[in-house]
Amino acid sequence: MSAHDCVARAAGAEEAARERRGTGYTVIELKGAGYSYGGDGILGGVNLRLDGGSFHFLTGPSGAGKTTLLKLCYGELKPSQGQVDLFGHDSRTIDRDGLARVRQRIGVVHQDCRFLDHLPMAENLSLPLTASGRESAADADSLRQLLAWVGLSHRAHALPPELSGGERQRAALARAIIMDPEVIIADEPTGNIDWEMSQRLLTLLAELNRLGKTILVATHDLALIRAAKSQVAARVLRLAGGQLQLAGSDL
Amino acid sequence: MSAAQRALATVLELLIGDRQADRAVPPTGFTVWLTVLTAGAMAFLAVFALALTLATGRLADRWADSLAQAVTIRISAPAEQRQAQTDAVLRILETTPGVASARALQTTEQAALLEPWLGPDLPIDRLPLPRLVEVVGDDLDAQGLRLRLAAEVPGAILDDHTRWRAPLVEAASRLRLLGWTALILIAGMLGAMVTLGAQAALAANTEVIRVLRLVGARDAYVARAFTRRFTLRALTGAAGGALLGTLAVAALPSTDAAGGFLTGLSFAGWGWLLPLLIPPFAAITAFAATRRAALRALARFE
Repeated sequence: MSAHDCVARAAGAEEAARERRGTGYTVIELKGAGYSYGGDGILGGVNLRLDGGSFHFLTGPSGAGKTTLLKLCYGELKPSQGQVDLFGHDSRTIDRDGLARVRQRIGVVHQDCRFLDHLPMAENLSLPLTASGRESAADADSLRQLLAWVGLSHRAHALPPELSGGERQRAALARAIIMDPEVIIADEPTGNIDWEMSQRLLTLLAELNRLGKTILVATHDLALIRAAKSQVAARVLRLAGGQLQLAGSDL
Repeated sequence: MSAAQRALATVLELLIGDRQADRAVPPTGFTVWLTVLTAGAMAFLAVFALALTLATGRLADRWADSLAQAVTIRISAPAEQRQAQTDAVLRILETTPGVASARALQTTEQAALLEPWLGPDLPIDRLPLPRLVEVVGDDLDAQGLRLRLAAEVPGAILDDHTRWRAPLVEAASRLRLLGWTALILIAGMLGAMVTLGAQAALAANTEVIRVLRLVGARDAYVARAFTRRFTLRALTGAAGGALLGTLAVAALPSTDAAGGFLTGLSFAGWGWLLPLLIPPFAAITAFAATRRAALRALARFE
């Protein structure tokens, strides 16, 4: 598949780097991290270490704090207690340019996609490249391949409100990986897409993981997690009552 | 990179722009015309304030120079002694250092001076008017001359115009200060209005800013999209306003045609070039105001 080729090519350097340093290095670490909204604690003292090349599923009931935990992992929120290290930088003290650089290494698929509604999809997808000043002719080629892979070539000039929920979700994934990030965080990425597309998405995430990317996926979809077992060695974490637990094999 | 290189890079960025950054931040309708019109109106007013400042400066200098050089000697004496005392005064002036020229005013000249107040049919030869001697000095010691006249010609009184010259010069100086104050206020108003417009644009684009930050945009990238837009709007508006203001000043009646202070408000010589400084100054003000507003707004987002 051409997009796979594109991703693989982009990830080549990363794979070489991974071989040099080996797996096991920590990219994101939560050390007793907690967060409260206006005094209501939603997370309390969570410990989590995401090693380079690892694959994690995060599950739990609605309102358990999955999205909050993910936001801590890409620095949109700072912990109200404990510490979150992003590539070795304490998220509470990192400067704003430093945080921007960290975010260029983390691709995020937001639950609500977060597109700019006045820009065509092609420009929305290349936004991370243009915002970081990294856009090039090769990137334009990658964009075309990514659009083809997520089945949105014919929607490149459409505005986000004109897309269906599934199309938006696929486009969000394409935007998350266009920067060739080291970590991919996805918040309910299969919430609005059919089973077939969920499987394609999972296959891509597994492929990216094999190339050394660290993956963290928050999902309600237990079937997706079960299906993933045949493709990747994933840890499944369950968030409940503000605490993180390693889920059992019943999943 | 040195400060000068950074400034040059900033100017180039503003001129060349970043199409993607401009597209990422959609223009907010009312802030466009608010900024352009405000900059235009402020530039128009700034031209007049500038003209007033320069004109009052010229006026103060002219009054101070001309009054400092001219003194008047008034000879109040009985009619039969008036000519003799006038001659004595003129002889003294011939030997006084610092006197460039001196002459006694003719009766007709004195009548002409009084005509605006007492009318043309004044029987001046029957009035006990003092004789006036007009002296043009060149570094004249007025106090020394006054003492010498008091000793030798008791009826002659020297008036170096200090009594009414000082308030005139002070008034002109205060007018000049008023002009500078107006210019500062105009710059402040422009900065405040641009800040208001920028804050409105930033508030309307909260989600855009959040998304840009989340995809890894640095603050400078986001701020640049706003600062460039507002800077160019202010530059455009101020250029129009300064042009109209300059044309309006040029259209004022000429001094020769009407005479008087108000008609002297026009620019003179190199002063006509000064309105050219207003648009870049407005652009710099807008740049600083927008950048400050943008960075403050960005601080609310992680």
